[in-house]
Amino acid sequence: MDFPFDLLINAIVAGLLLGGFYAAVTAGISISFGMLDIVNIAHPAFIILGSYIAYILGISLGIDPIVTSVIVLPLFFALGCGIYQVYYLAFEKRGQESLRGLAFFFGVLFVTEVVLILVFGVDYRYVEAPYIGPNLRLGMIDLPLRMLVPCVAALILFGALQLLITRTFTGRAIMAVSQDQLALQLMAANPVNIKRIAFGASIATAAVAGALLIIIQPVEPSVGREYIGRVFAICVLGGLGSMPGTLIAAMLLGVVESITSTFYGPSWSPAVAFGFLLLTLAFRPSGLLGR
Amino acid sequence: MRTPLFLLIALLVAGVIFLLMRLPDMEYLFVAGYVIVQYIVLATAWNILGGYTGYVNFGSAAFFAIGAYSTVALVTVANEIDELMPASLAPFFHLFMPLPIPVLIVIGGMVCGIVGLGMGYLTLRLRGAFFAIATLAMAVVLQTLVVNWEFVGGSSGAYILRPGEFPGLGSYMQYLFGLMLLLAVLALVAARTIERSRLGYGFAAIRDDELAAEASGVPTLRLKLVATTLSGALMGMAGAPFPYYIGYLQPQSAFGLEYAVNSIAMPMIGGTTTWVGPLIGTLLLGTLQQVANVTISSAVNLLLVGLLLIGFVIVAPNGLVGLFEDRWRARGSK
Repeated sequence: MDFPFDLLINAIVAGLLLGGFYAAVTAGISISFGMLDIVNIAHPAFIILGSYIAYILGISLGIDPIVTSVIVLPLFFALGCGIYQVYYLAFEKRGQESLRGLAFFFGVLFVTEVVLILVFGVDYRYVEAPYIGPNLRLGMIDLPLRMLVPCVAALILFGALQLLITRTFTGRAIMAVSQDQLALQLMAANPVNIKRIAFGASIATAAVAGALLIIIQPVEPSVGREYIGRVFAICVLGGLGSMPGTLIAAMLLGVVESITSTFYGPSWSPAVAFGFLLLTLAFRPSGLLGR
Repeated sequence: MRTPLFLLIALLVAGVIFLLMRLPDMEYLFVAGYVIVQYIVLATAWNILGGYTGYVNFGSAAFFAIGAYSTVALVTVANEIDELMPASLAPFFHLFMPLPIPVLIVIGGMVCGIVGLGMGYLTLRLRGAFFAIATLAMAVVLQTLVVNWEFVGGSSGAYILRPGEFPGLGSYMQYLFGLMLLLAVLALVAARTIERSRLGYGFAAIRDDELAAEASGVPTLRLKLVATTLSGALMGMAGAPFPYYIGYLQPQSAFGLEYAVNSIAMPMIGGTTTWVGPLIGTLLLGTLQQVANVTISSAVNLLLVGLLLIGFVIVAPNGLVGLFEDRWRARGSK
């Protein structure tokens, strides 16, 4: 029996494309969980919300999902700032963020999902765009545009975030807030403001990730749950808050998942992320590029 | 109050409830009551880990489902053997197969206890949030496993034939309800006993300040493992009779997010530091849900739970019990 070599190559390429998309999905968690220590398990719910907004605008006005996501970016940013304000006043200020903060985000996740089910039902929704459908073919490698476009968009988003974080004062303050709040105050920056901006930015990435998600696959309200394991696995493996680490981890998970689903069937792929998460927690809790 | 006395009173109350519910000839009371009592067990089990030690478990649904599916697996095994069995041996075989539900409950509890221990061992040495995330991911993965496991029905689900009657009690539903009621008594007594023992003080020390507890010689990791095992086992026990209750078990329903949400929301709304909290929370929220389920719709009733959870976490962080305690204390100081 000869090994299906072209199948393997295609699985790896598809995995890299998928990984790019996973990086966009995880970017927000890397900021909120990795840098701010806010365990926002509701993040996937906001991604699904982004998908549905892209769906509505795509159906009613015919706007491209990626353009939509850029338009609603400020809205999501404001939403994130608002949620952080509630979180800060109700939990962080009282020093109860661990148990009750988690329950709070779990409630937000659940309510968002139920509201989406009440409004849209549990049918799968999808968008239409010129790049959904055609295939690019390089030799024996297939490059479906519906995967390539989200991957490129995700990489752009990721690069922009990385630049923002490493090159601007606010970005550096965001990195600093996770290390030493007092020192940040001495630099005349208000940690609460910085955290609010950072959390807003993390939710804003969900708008883009959601639009990319609905390009890649049809979406229904409970799809988000599958992503909870994935995003946290990637975030932990990438070393909590390290952006390059997140990208590498996302690619790695994408490739392993893609190979699993090619050779064992797609119904097994959700199990991969969990295996990743447990192995990382057991053997290298600081992640690939952790401090 | 000493534990044996408390146990006696709890059993008496359970007995009275059971007899009172038999008075009106209404099977639906037991059908609805079963769900509420089942949530008492789940909420109390969640609270042993979440409320006493402060480690949030989002995977209640997974533990519940493992309990339920261990029953399905055992019943399926019994059915398979039954077909191979020569006719002469069959009556003997039927004496103890399929296993009676109390035995299934114990097995389901043991399986889930082991799963809880494994989960805890891998994640509890790290910050608390990792445990929470791992439980959430575990629920998704176990669902994947069950969906791919054809022996227990895979994604299309499995049928369990519920006998029509239980000898001496009347309908089988009453038998199931009675069992669940006993389980609830067991869970509450266990929670109350833990609360007042050295174990409970250790748990509370972990919840308040894990570092300080560790420094003063509390064996934190061992205690946390005890808590995850106990809590997981109780959840599995709550799940084990479920296939008989529902008749047709599907991964989607067994792993339903409403179990995870309810078993967090009920203790949070009632109050997490005592055994009374989950009980009060369940009685309120469970009854409300049963009423809303009949009068409005099941989706709206889930929305209600989510909103109540968020509201209570923000406004009354110590739940209803906390609110009463505050008022009582305020009056005492006047």
